[in-house]
Amino acid sequence: MSGHGTRGSGTTWVGRAIRRLEDPALITGQGRFTADLAADHWVRFVRSPVAAGKLTKISGPKGATLITAADLKGVKKITPMLRKFNYKPVGQPVLAESKVCFTGEPVAAVVASSQQDAEDIAEQVELSIEETKPLTDARAALEVNAPQVHPEAPGNVILEGKVKTQQFDVAWAGAEKIVKIEARSRRQNATPMESRAGHASYDASSGRVTLTCTTQMPHLTRTAICDVLGFPESDLRVIAPDVGGGFGQKMSLASEYVVLVWLARKFKSSVAWTEDRRENLIAGFHSRDQYITLEGAFDKNAGLTALKADIISNVGAYSCFPTTCGVEPLMAMAELPGPYDVQQYQCLSRGVMTNTCTMAPYRGVSRPVITFTLERLMDKAARAFAIDPVDIRRRNLIERFPYKSAMGLEYDDATYKETLEMAVKAVDVPAFRKRQKEARAKGRHLGIGFATFSERTGYGSPAFAARGMEITPGWETVIVSVDPSGFVEARIGSSPHGQGLRTTLAQIIADEIGVAPDIIKVVHGDTDRAPYGWGTFASRSLVISGGATLIAARKVRAKLIKIASHLLEAAPDDIVLDEGVAKVTGTDRSIPIARLAREAYTQTHRFKGEIEPGLTETGYYDPPGTFSNACHVAIVDVDVETGHVRVEKFLVAEDAGRIINPMIADGQVHGGIAQGIGNALLEEIIYDENGGIITATLADYLPPTAHEIPPIELHHIETPSPNSITKAKGLGEGGTIGAPAAVINAINDALSPFGVEIDEMPATPQRIRAALRNVEKVA
Amino acid sequence: MSARTSITLKINGRDHAIVVEPRRTLADAIREDCGQTGTHIGCEHGICGACTVIVDGEPVRSCLMFAAQADGKKIRTVEGLADGEKLHPMQQAFMDHHGLQCGFCTPGFLMLAVGVLEREPGISDDDLLDVLSSNLCRCTGYQNIIKAVRAAAKEMRK
Repeated sequence: MSGHGTRGSGTTWVGRAIRRLEDPALITGQGRFTADLAADHWVRFVRSPVAAGKLTKISGPKGATLITAADLKGVKKITPMLRKFNYKPVGQPVLAESKVCFTGEPVAAVVASSQQDAEDIAEQVELSIEETKPLTDARAALEVNAPQVHPEAPGNVILEGKVKTQQFDVAWAGAEKIVKIEARSRRQNATPMESRAGHASYDASSGRVTLTCTTQMPHLTRTAICDVLGFPESDLRVIAPDVGGGFGQKMSLASEYVVLVWLARKFKSSVAWTEDRRENLIAGFHSRDQYITLEGAFDKNAGLTALKADIISNVGAYSCFPTTCGVEPLMAMAELPGPYDVQQYQCLSRGVMTNTCTMAPYRGVSRPVITFTLERLMDKAARAFAIDPVDIRRRNLIERFPYKSAMGLEYDDATYKETLEMAVKAVDVPAFRKRQKEARAKGRHLGIGFATFSERTGYGSPAFAARGMEITPGWETVIVSVDPSGFVEARIGSSPHGQGLRTTLAQIIADEIGVAPDIIKVVHGDTDRAPYGWGTFASRSLVISGGATLIAARKVRAKLIKIASHLLEAAPDDIVLDEGVAKVTGTDRSIPIARLAREAYTQTHRFKGEIEPGLTETGYYDPPGTFSNACHVAIVDVDVETGHVRVEKFLVAEDAGRIINPMIADGQVHGGIAQGIGNALLEEIIYDENGGIITATLADYLPPTAHEIPPIELHHIETPSPNSITKAKGLGEGGTIGAPAAVINAINDALSPFGVEIDEMPATPQRIRAALRNVEKVA
Repeated sequence: MSARTSITLKINGRDHAIVVEPRRTLADAIREDCGQTGTHIGCEHGICGACTVIVDGEPVRSCLMFAAQADGKKIRTVEGLADGEKLHPMQQAFMDHHGLQCGFCTPGFLMLAVGVLEREPGISDDDLLDVLSSNLCRCTGYQNIIKAVRAAAKEMRK
């Protein structure tokens, strides 16, 4: 019971940068990750070497244990479902059946007694595939005579969202200027440092299987696997142990896990699979492969009056479970108007199937792309009106709350303008402009770029229901108990994997029940131990699990006070819980909270039936959602000879409501920005014309290193959210959402003397040089 | 498979007599044959540095070294950093400065930084940044790793 000491009188645990309770195991090598488990059998998946074709024969070496679709009789396809947007259900076989649809698709599973043997055998498996012409590009897939990836989705369109507000045509006709951008976001891979892994173990005495795997959603993994394999959920335990980052990639169901559970049941043994980096890069889900054409109608004062968008999302070969492939196109459609006051909106948003790796959510989902598009549009509009980029944002940002967007989303209290002004002041724009001018005179090209954006976080089931999802996530449950030893346990349905939730939830509980956070254990990632819940994704856990935690902890507090009032013979209103004891105010009478807990179990006869036995309470929370906001500023130095970009400085002014632990909050922003800078400059999954991936190592797909990330300066405003009972908003994705726009706007600012524009992410040296070469040719 | 050979890996002062194939990487041998799973494997092609350990005083990527090459050499892994209950200053600094989130890359960063600072205690901030850019972290944006390593460097010089 030491380490953090006491909070001190009159202060709270919430709001303090206490060290993380997660860290001691992780810094001493005692973390437990899936790949650390030993197994009797190891699996190597044989994957399709081609992007499209008819699968005619699979043959393995003599004596090999080779499982193919033919063995998986009765196993259903993974078929995520949407009830809206003209969605076409497309089922994914857990192992390819008669055709292969993307390079890397699992075709067969080799089972052997060691990982090395499984790999050796897998190399000898021969696949006969009659290749057909693959589609990798979404626009090509939309062409009239394009091949069909799946007959279920004619024209390769799996879903189509359309919206047009009533006064759109009037606003459009009345525009002073129409400004247009054709934006392109290339394909990315979330690239958690731990690739995916699974370990399924059969218990002969109970007949149950325990699947330990790198998931962000243990309960949904269990539900999905039991649906597909057809056995009771009570016979499957899913454990997410320490998980080495997820960023969305680990929230979608890996078909490989279904095969592992099937194998464990078949062999009545333990089987394991650890994905290698190449598998992860080619088949571990991709994201952000989008085309967005966006036009803005502006009045004579550069006020944005209407937006018209055409969004094409390349969703790959299948639809991911549980969000479905609607996650990118539908989020893009719903949230594209961003932080600006614009009431007229027209949008067509399509999910397009291709012979590429299946798309899944990646930190920020569509918002890095829509923010990039919209913020480029605002910069272009500023130039069209010959006003400053900051000024056009000032004129258009939402100022009054609650604000109802053109899509009907309710924006709660936020500080779009205030964070912009804060950032502008902190970065000292006039000083930068002076420096920029001096540098240009010496042939150095500096640029500054802004991105203002909203980040919808902590949304419950109504928000997901708007997408028509058959599986509609949203709520969370938390069970807080004080056991007879006086220690506190909170069992949560969320499944953190680096976000520090064990610490932040302990801070929330500590304030309510008057104990130190280090006697509070937050239990997660185990379907046998934690209540059903949705997991950790979408910047939701601190808001929703945090809210449920607060509700449960308040109930525990009320019960502790009731017991204390009995035992101390004092009025409940006079009892204070603090520093591990219940005190009667104004007296020296007190009793340890641990003792109250003991009595709650072992001395219930003393309560004369007025207090129920035990000390376990449940909280449940399903909030409407809240919008965080921020302004990002990047300063870059572009080498026009090589196209190389160095981000010199990155500054953030952000508002995520009440901050529970400032150290952890800053860490989330830092990490998001690094991924955003990677998205802006470096990271790109590239398919060749045959549908093969040429970026299948970390020497080709380039997450940023410490060299590419500049010092990040953070400024905070805390606007408590009325839509969150802890007053906290989510902030897990904001860094990733704003950074690409800020960096690429800065590149465009740096290149403005050359008259070139970069509307594509990542803005690689090749793209920058190509753009410069084009204008050099013209000149 | 090819003939197996008997080797001894001296990990954190303890001898592990193991029999391995010549192709066995040091990373796999440390984790699977010696049961020291604190060393993680992130890419198996020498880019991410999650598997960094210290071999005879030098930080190395254990996925790029064969176990047989480390026969008899002195190997240090994250499990050996703390002195009993007392954390190494680098571990303490990573906790104090929030230098980790998911913790998967952390053992590699700890061993990289410790290995370099033991060899070159007076290393400049710029050179230290160069060294730290050898490993990948996907969670922290490196801000707090750099802060932690600089703080630990000061502490280690004392």
